[in-house]
Amino acid sequence: MSNEWEVVIGLEIHAQLATRSKIFSGSSTAFGAAPNVQANLVDLGYPGVLPVLNAEAVRMAARFGLAIGATVAHRSVFARKNYFYPDLPKGYQISQYELPIVQDGRVDIVLDDGSTKVIGVTRAHLEEDAGKSLHEELPGQSGIDLNRAGTPLLEIVSEPDLRSAREAIAYMKKIHTLVRYLEICDGNMQEGSFRCDANVSIRRLGRREFGTRCEIKNLNSFRFVEKAINHEVARQIDVLEGGGSIVQETRLYDPGKDETRSMRSKEEANDYRYFPDPDLLPLVLDAGWIESLRATLPELPDAKAERLVTEHGLPAYDAGVLSASRELADYYEAVIGLVGGQPKLVANWVMGDLSALLNRDGLDIQMSRVSTQRLAGLIARIVDGTLSGKLAKEVLETMWDEGSDADAVIEAKGLRQITDTAAIETVIRKVMEDNPGQLADYRSGKDKLFGFFVGQVMKATGGKANPGQVNELLKHLLAG
Amino acid sequence: MTLTRHDVENIARLARLQIREDQLEPFAGSLSRIIDFVEQLGSAATDQVEPMAHPLQGMVQRLREDQVEASDQRDLFQQNAPEVAAGLYLVPRVIE
Amino acid sequence: MSFHALTAAELGRALRRREVSSLELTDHFLARIEGSGTRLNAFVTVTAERARADARRADAEIAAGRGGPLTGVPIAHKDIFCTAGILTTCSSRMLANFTSPYDATVVEKLTAAGTVLLGKTNMDEFAMGSSNETSYFGPVRNPWDEARVPGGSSGGSAAAVAAGLAPAATGTDTGGSIRQPAALTGLTGIKPTYGRVSRYGMIAFASSLDQAGVLARSAEDAALLLSAMSGFDPRDSTSVEQPVPDYHAGLEAPLAGLRVGVIREFFGEGLEAGTAAAVTGALDQFKRLGAEVVEVSLPALPLSVPTYYVVAPAECSSNLSRFDGIRFGYRCESPRDLYDLYTRSRGEGFGDEVKRRIMTGTYVLSAGYYDAYYLKAQKVRSLIAADFQRAFESVDLLFGPTAPTPAFGIGEKVDDPVTMYLNDIYTIGANLAGLPALSAPCGLVDGLPVGFQLIGPQFSESRLLSATHAYQRETDWHRRLPPAWA
Repeated sequence: MSNEWEVVIGLEIHAQLATRSKIFSGSSTAFGAAPNVQANLVDLGYPGVLPVLNAEAVRMAARFGLAIGATVAHRSVFARKNYFYPDLPKGYQISQYELPIVQDGRVDIVLDDGSTKVIGVTRAHLEEDAGKSLHEELPGQSGIDLNRAGTPLLEIVSEPDLRSAREAIAYMKKIHTLVRYLEICDGNMQEGSFRCDANVSIRRLGRREFGTRCEIKNLNSFRFVEKAINHEVARQIDVLEGGGSIVQETRLYDPGKDETRSMRSKEEANDYRYFPDPDLLPLVLDAGWIESLRATLPELPDAKAERLVTEHGLPAYDAGVLSASRELADYYEAVIGLVGGQPKLVANWVMGDLSALLNRDGLDIQMSRVSTQRLAGLIARIVDGTLSGKLAKEVLETMWDEGSDADAVIEAKGLRQITDTAAIETVIRKVMEDNPGQLADYRSGKDKLFGFFVGQVMKATGGKANPGQVNELLKHLLAG
Repeated sequence: MTLTRHDVENIARLARLQIREDQLEPFAGSLSRIIDFVEQLGSAATDQVEPMAHPLQGMVQRLREDQVEASDQRDLFQQNAPEVAAGLYLVPRVIE
Repeated sequence: MSFHALTAAELGRALRRREVSSLELTDHFLARIEGSGTRLNAFVTVTAERARADARRADAEIAAGRGGPLTGVPIAHKDIFCTAGILTTCSSRMLANFTSPYDATVVEKLTAAGTVLLGKTNMDEFAMGSSNETSYFGPVRNPWDEARVPGGSSGGSAAAVAAGLAPAATGTDTGGSIRQPAALTGLTGIKPTYGRVSRYGMIAFASSLDQAGVLARSAEDAALLLSAMSGFDPRDSTSVEQPVPDYHAGLEAPLAGLRVGVIREFFGEGLEAGTAAAVTGALDQFKRLGAEVVEVSLPALPLSVPTYYVVAPAECSSNLSRFDGIRFGYRCESPRDLYDLYTRSRGEGFGDEVKRRIMTGTYVLSAGYYDAYYLKAQKVRSLIAADFQRAFESVDLLFGPTAPTPAFGIGEKVDDPVTMYLNDIYTIGANLAGLPALSAPCGLVDGLPVGFQLIGPQFSESRLLSATHAYQRETDWHRRLPPAWA
């Protein structure tokens, strides 16, 4: 990227709320049902039917608002956004427009250099999801599945505070972490439960006014968001440096071709004719109810990270990684409880070897093949000196693969560390006898040969000798 | 006339209504009459007046508990559908 | 026996005294519907088999000593109410083949009350009209003069009850669609408070104005049906959670001392002289019955028609977007592409008046016009509602004519929508403010019925009905039948 351009990004994140039933009907929101079996009269927009608002969707939206320090509106209003599209059964989407339920919040993100930046959240509003158009196997036609129609969405709109694709990702991940902490969204991006549109523009460095923006739709993975934004920025720079100008439009990211292209179909009718939905009354939440909801909030990621630094003494980086996932942090804290301390050691194991195994097998921490009890058992054997770090890695892998606990693996493999001084001394003497030349050289001043003797002793014990004891005994015996 | 043929064409496109060529002029006429007629609203002094979206003033939205109530009645509901296949409602290809 | 000259209440009493069976009554009315043929065009669908099944069930109930005042009484539903397994067309080509998979709450409740369903009545297409001339199935004729309109949009229900094809019928009223046809056909019609009757299953025209009600031969009948239809419905967010009084039990409340406000703005230019005289005569009758009559002014009320013709089209333009030829309803032949599917299905499926209102609504909501029209109209709506509220600080009921003239000729006003819209000049205010209002017959002008209108504060249906009942005990306008149908 040329240096004289500044990138300005705002994200609109759509989080499907994890209610059992839809926002305005009693249909199930479960994913993956046969087409249209979860679309009832209300979802289909049948003549004469009416919407009734789901209490849980309201509660979830309000919890989100409280979690980002926003105003949870005493009074909010549902409006109709009018446009024709086959996946939109009523010809309008019920959405909050002028008076959203969540107004004026903020989240902190951590930048690559470790510093913190505040990102404004303009608003978050409740609305209904649309259905899906399917194009496969139907020549010249599309098939409409309305199972998703009416699934509650929280649309979270950021201020144009993001200045790079990296910041956009950090912000999106932060919101992803939050909605999962709050248990208001499953965050499943493959299934479309968490997706986003990005508004991207560029301007000359130092300019105050914003450039013309393009909205990129269909961003359903963190990787796509980063790639799509970078491509769009490059495209806009090309256009402007080539003397052209940016046209405000909606563009679709095509992950296959790794490019964005104009969506003309969305351009033609963007006069949405919003007006208050006469089928729904103003949503009024009283202050007492909002406060009682605040009391039910879990410890949030920033507070948790802070506590891991101040109370557990973890480095900020470790605290950030662990608290980015409520489940990971819960796992870590459970192990701490079982071991009775050792925060840095536990953090290293959770973030290091255990996470590597999870990644290798594509599992979430909740599905870990090593339970918190078993990891605590392993760490106890490190703490009591039974296992060296290197042996412990081997043990963990076996525990993972065989589903057994640490002691069983140690027993079966005979991996117990040798800490018997006499036994180690016997090995050392044997090594000295077998290598008289090196011994003489060492004694005549070649200090570097110390490592050679350590290696020989470890080799002879199959790595099981306690390294600290080996060092100490070797120093003593080699000196003669 | 307040509204021209061209205005009628634009409104009809937004409302997804096909209007026959020979009806554009008559619709421009009758819509203009209606719009001219409602212009008299401009005479009302409404500076301090709150808009009224709903006749039940003071009534607020009721909430339903989050319970799954509906069961699968796809076959019944699709009896009214002009064209379905494999449980899907069919339309001419959607181009995105 | 002339069952059709009796009221629903009288028929109910005859049924409970076993003077007649529901099946006999049902066959009587089915025969009259059959005999009326296409003369009135009051019905879109006649449900003879269903009616006889309902009647047999009702007769069994009555024989078992069960059932209420409406058990076994035949009725008709305006074809805007969804009826499970029965065509529900809204008198539109768009829904000409639409069989509803479910019952509207109103239908459910009246079925539960033991009524017998004779059929579905013709109406203005999607309830948009004041003359019943916009129906896809052709105009309905007024039984008092078949060259004239019965009013609209509940014109089929009005014609059916006036001609004695059904003892009573349901209707809906968005800007006068129950009261104006009631006035033009000599019936008692009530539109209750917004939220009193569930809108679930009633195909929406303008959601903040629509309300279901009754067209009947007397205030007593209206009270019986309204009691059965009303009540809270969790499926309608705008349904009011308030107990329903027994309107029938309240009918005998004394009228003496009732403060009646005559709306000055309703007696000016445009009110036909014969109608004015008949309505004034009714006012004199109320005075004789002991009402205290005062004149009141509601200065914003003359703006109710322009307000309505912004608000109602705006809501309808959105409500009717669901008719797209995809999940139900009319679909054009061989659409070339998606846009073609939409525009031709809607262009061919909707009639001109519906298109005109959709386009009016689309225009007033579109970018650049929203504030000038839609928002402005919502503010004027507040002024109108405030006028009513102020008036009800000093009076119990408001009084005026229902329609400016008696029934006009078919085809007389179709060329100018604004002239047609002005038919609702006295009725629209109650819809904008969500108030209950009632029309009852009070005279004949050149052989054509005219009606007076009462408007009350929210939830004052009992007062409207008892005042009208007191009037009807002293007068017989409501017992007159069109000579050709007596």
